[in-house]
Amino acid sequence: MSDVQRETGTLRVKTGLAEMLKGGVIMDVVTPEQARIAEDAGAVAVMALERVPADIRAAGGVARMADPTIVEAIISAVTIPVMAKCRIGHFVEAQVLQSLGVDYIDESEVLTPADEEHHVNKWDFTVPFVCGCRNLGEALRRIAEGAAMVRTKGEPGTGNVVEAVRHMRTLTDEIAWIKGLRPEQLFTAAKELQAPYELVKWVAENGRLPVVNFSAGGIATPADAALMMQLGCDGVFVGSGIFKSGDPAKRAKAIVEATTHFEDPDIIARVSRDLGEPMVGINISEIPEAERMQERGW
Amino acid sequence: MKIGVLALQGAFREHVYSLEALDAHAVPVRLPDQLDDLAGLIIPGGESTAIAKLMDSYGFHAPILRRHEEGMAIWGTCAGAILVARTVVDGVADQSTLGLMDIEVRRNAFGRQVDSFEVDVSFDDFDRPFRGIFIRAPWIESVGPGVEVLAEHEGKVVAAREGRLLATAFHPELTGDPRIHRYFMERVVGASPA
Repeated sequence: MSDVQRETGTLRVKTGLAEMLKGGVIMDVVTPEQARIAEDAGAVAVMALERVPADIRAAGGVARMADPTIVEAIISAVTIPVMAKCRIGHFVEAQVLQSLGVDYIDESEVLTPADEEHHVNKWDFTVPFVCGCRNLGEALRRIAEGAAMVRTKGEPGTGNVVEAVRHMRTLTDEIAWIKGLRPEQLFTAAKELQAPYELVKWVAENGRLPVVNFSAGGIATPADAALMMQLGCDGVFVGSGIFKSGDPAKRAKAIVEATTHFEDPDIIARVSRDLGEPMVGINISEIPEAERMQERGW
Repeated sequence: MKIGVLALQGAFREHVYSLEALDAHAVPVRLPDQLDDLAGLIIPGGESTAIAKLMDSYGFHAPILRRHEEGMAIWGTCAGAILVARTVVDGVADQSTLGLMDIEVRRNAFGRQVDSFEVDVSFDDFDRPFRGIFIRAPWIESVGPGVEVLAEHEGKVVAAREGRLLATAFHPELTGDPRIHRYFMERVVGASPA
């Protein structure tokens, strides 16, 4: 029978799920009720957490993988894919999340890193990984380690989109730069980017990343989401922006619609009306450097 | 001949590229009035709940049904197969579908992402197997009398056709293999009206 050729965990299967999430919104949730609100609003996936980034920031201390009870409760509550975060380099948290049956693992700078030199070897896993990046070199290093999806980092838990914009623009500019290089220049570019030559060459030939790239960190309004889509990302993560706002269900649906119709200002205007209080934002300059999550990752 | 790809969410760009590789005129469809001059419509893979909510919010159901009545062919892949089905098993409580095709589809039937797989799938119409990529894939649990089963995997129907309707549980748009897109263009869109 054809069964002998059946393969799980292939790169195509891992990147394929990210392809299916494109044009969609992935929402941070901390309870099964929030997960159902997100699914009802049209989220393509939820990120199961113990705390949203804004609360992690407020609480301080060491932030770790969520309690398996919370992850399992959220998995049972919805039919859409469920993601969960492990600490950077914490491959045992990743093993636990795979064993719980999560659909994607986010090796995330929002949690306190467990290893300050190494990320998880993501090729060891059947479950796919998404990782954060601020520039092309960081994105390609994560892809080399087996990430099947990346997301620009932004500054999580701030409700301030400025860092998400910075990282998306950096990525786009660097891809354009690589694309314009002559073949012999790519070796030096790989050295400068601290990324594998083969991946740099692939980006030069194709003019894009080899995996799906979402935008994350600070997206709080429908216009924020559409801004990131117009800047060229494939979809958005909204963390604290929804459930730290006045009317989460309405805001969630509005962000979903603005992400689909990101080039249609009339629709963005309509869905932006009467959304209630947005989350309170934080100016990046007010965050001490040591507390900036985007700096985590090597 | 213009083929639309429903571009509300999911892997619509890959379908556009696959169609363009066959020299078809492919257009992304985000609003119902863009359905008007289409010979065929592809409903892509994505999250069926998310696509269904957006279809509801923007009033796609009636125009798609009307255009199909007028002859527009429709192909649903994965989430799209769920959306064209008459019945969905294991969907969310109020999951609305177009209810067009006389098939019963079980959502996420092959399991969660860790169970997602690729495998060779045999089609009677093709001389060699097609590499099927199954991602949190549904299967077609049962088919009505007018439905032709095109392919099975482990005894489950994974591709079927009923007149001007085509459904696949897997993702031909992710393979670069044009045969099912060509089949849709030539045999489903190109079929003479019944």
